[in-house]
Amino acid sequence: MADPAAKSNRSANTMKKIDNLEMIGISKSFQDVMANTDVNISIGEGEILGLLGENGAGKTTLMNILYGLYQPDSGTIQINGKDISIKSPGDSRRYGIGMVHQHFMLIPNHSVAENIALGYEMTPLLFPQRKIRDSIITYSKKFNFDIDPSRSVWQLSAGEQQRVEIIKALINGADLLILDEPTSVLTSQETQDLFQNLREMKAQGHLIILISHKLDEILELCDRVTVLQKGRIVGEAQTTDVDKKSLARMMIGREIIFQIEKEPMERSDKVITIDNVMVKNDKDLAAVKGISFSIFRNEIFGIAGVSGNGQRELVEAITGLRTVESGRIFIDGNDITNESVRCIYNSGIAHVPEERIRFGIAPGLRLYENAILKQHHKAKYSNKLFLAYSKIKEHAQKLLSDFNVLAPSINVQTKNLSGGNIQKLILGREISDGPSLLVASHPTYGLDVGATEYLRKQLLKRRREGGAVLLVSEDLEEIFELCDRIAVMFQGEFMGILNSDDLRLKDIGLMMAGSLRL
Amino acid sequence: MLKLKVTDRIDVLPRHSLLSLVFSLTAGLLAISVIFLVSGVNPLYAIFKIFSGSFGSLYGLKETVTKAIPLILIGGGLAVAFRAKFWNIGAESQLLMGAIFGTWVGLNWGPHLPWPIVVPLMFLAGFVGGAIWGLIPAILKIKFSINEVISTLMLNYICNEFVKILIVGPWRGKTKHGFPYTDDLPLSATLSVLPGSRIHYATLIVAVVTVILLGIAIYKTRFGYEVRVIGENPDAARYSGIDFFKTTLIIMVISGGMAGLAGVGEAAGIHHYLSYPESISSGYGYTAIIVAWLAKLNPLYVILSALFFAGILVGGDAIQISLGLPAATVQVFNGTLLVFLIMGDFFLKNRVTLQWDLKRN
Repeated sequence: MADPAAKSNRSANTMKKIDNLEMIGISKSFQDVMANTDVNISIGEGEILGLLGENGAGKTTLMNILYGLYQPDSGTIQINGKDISIKSPGDSRRYGIGMVHQHFMLIPNHSVAENIALGYEMTPLLFPQRKIRDSIITYSKKFNFDIDPSRSVWQLSAGEQQRVEIIKALINGADLLILDEPTSVLTSQETQDLFQNLREMKAQGHLIILISHKLDEILELCDRVTVLQKGRIVGEAQTTDVDKKSLARMMIGREIIFQIEKEPMERSDKVITIDNVMVKNDKDLAAVKGISFSIFRNEIFGIAGVSGNGQRELVEAITGLRTVESGRIFIDGNDITNESVRCIYNSGIAHVPEERIRFGIAPGLRLYENAILKQHHKAKYSNKLFLAYSKIKEHAQKLLSDFNVLAPSINVQTKNLSGGNIQKLILGREISDGPSLLVASHPTYGLDVGATEYLRKQLLKRRREGGAVLLVSEDLEEIFELCDRIAVMFQGEFMGILNSDDLRLKDIGLMMAGSLRL
Repeated sequence: MLKLKVTDRIDVLPRHSLLSLVFSLTAGLLAISVIFLVSGVNPLYAIFKIFSGSFGSLYGLKETVTKAIPLILIGGGLAVAFRAKFWNIGAESQLLMGAIFGTWVGLNWGPHLPWPIVVPLMFLAGFVGGAIWGLIPAILKIKFSINEVISTLMLNYICNEFVKILIVGPWRGKTKHGFPYTDDLPLSATLSVLPGSRIHYATLIVAVVTVILLGIAIYKTRFGYEVRVIGENPDAARYSGIDFFKTTLIIMVISGGMAGLAGVGEAAGIHHYLSYPESISSGYGYTAIIVAWLAKLNPLYVILSALFFAGILVGGDAIQISLGLPAATVQVFNGTLLVFLIMGDFFLKNRVTLQWDLKRN
């Protein structure tokens, strides 16, 4: 416990609990996947620590352990040198740890005061808002948050909601504040305001951990940075000692080696042309900001980038699932902008969707019924009225053998298949008709090595057979292994399109972080 | 600490379905027994009375079939709607709308046309009436994301009052001495019955034929496939290019229209005039929800489950008289069975295990 005099600059109703915190030898696995392996981090008073890494590097898992949402398989957490055990978010709050999640945990129809009262331990049974109002105003003034406790949360902008989350953590007595990708929902002005707030909090002795994959932010705000890759720590540094380039290398983690096993191939006819396309996301903000490119036969075109930079919206616009605000899309010379999903499929664009279980199959239907999910209207499988089940079953049987799908029979419910086999089924279904363009979003995400290998080979086969492939992936290894040309997407724009033998690809980390445009 | 663990059941075999059905019906009957006990009636005797009242005599059987007719029609339509996870609770008023439309045709055109023309026209009008009433919640859901459970339920009240306005107001029969009924339908607009019963066989034939057609539609046609994909995973339906708007509209035309047919059957086959909503329908629209559920949303099985629940309705009348139980007993009976059927479904789809959690206190 710190000397009372030392906390004179802190408000009277909170007691300082954390001077420094350490996580030592933390390991955590989910089933067979190691999310964290022997991770050590430490943070001291008045310090902002950056946790840097690609998606899936284990940053959020580590912080969820600290916040008590997960229990580590091994390792200890120490506050001020003493071992503590955190079994729930309630425990971590009592130790003075607060977390602002990437997706806000607020109830839109309730007021700010009600939302904060909800998670507050000392909330009185009757008239909870009244008591909490004053504390909200106090904190709001102290950090220039400018939050009106009586407003409903749905009326607030993303930035304001985030401030509500921060106040919520502070009122619950957080000394250490964890922020998970806090700027992903903010405009650049809001980001600057947030950073100002965080610096203010740091000056008042708070400890802050910032999870991010944006190099600029880490360098601008943090004192120290710890870099995670595939669940392990691969680097630590004072931010004054590093620059973007070295950080990017650390984050990507490997010298980029070109181990192309694909045979060289001349691309032929142009298949698809995307011309200055703009698309909005679900929040009605521009997600794709005027992108143009073409893909040719015998070519795999890759889009690399951290997810959430507009890749999903671009793919949905191409496949007809999302409205194109402006610009045009042509396939084989035909304008298919804003046509229906079925029309676009019929004109030769197949789609392996990003969330395979959510979009790609009807889990409760049988395997053979899922084998024709997008083709059931075609003359091969049905007339105007009836489905030709014998032909459908034949087709399903063929898909199983052609695409190596392991299933007891074509009559099983599709949800009983493993992820890899579901993905093979979807891929098989999509490419068995030889589409002009195959759009594959994160096709190997979460699959085991064998299935991954198989699917990648299938994409290369498609290229050999004269198809065009649009591959969206976060996995750089996959992008480098398969693609002929690589575009890097950041905040709805291409930072550049490079041939796979372009030496400038070594700076792809910088491009993904938006600090280099070619 | 003892922990309940719920996991997906991987392999649901036909015998699992059968077991879950038997268990939920048994458990439901046990629960109902408690209610009988509390009312001071021997439950075994009461349940025996119910089923002997409905299936144990020729008179009972005839009544059971009569009451099964609207249940088959409505239950078949609801099975299709529920398959697409469109929770149509408004069959009661879709039935009434059908009765209103059918009665109008009967009253106005019946006197001038022979029955082979009037009767089909009445059924057609009834189908249209029910379908229109069913389309309203469908459009509200698609265009404004208004929950269909609320809208269909509210439409029931609106239609109920509308019927009352008609029969005490503009449609009140001149021959009815001020009673709130419409005039009797002319002979050419009534349905003939099997001698010695109230079974209006035309409706029965329509009912059986349509549910068989629906059974084929669900399992063999493109439309049925799209309905099932929408019900299983609306996101996948969108991804695969299925027209959600069009399919939902068709589903509600079928579901509402079938209830409308049932309404024509009740008005033209049983009552021969339009009267209070409670006497026209006696809750068929709600009972049919359970009918569809017991049939596992398979239109063909609806015939059997409709007979079962019609039996309970008839038997319920029997124990009202012989045991002096209140009329609501049957509603309690049906409601309890539905709860247990849904619970049975839960246990069929999920494996529930009790576990001692030994890790960390």
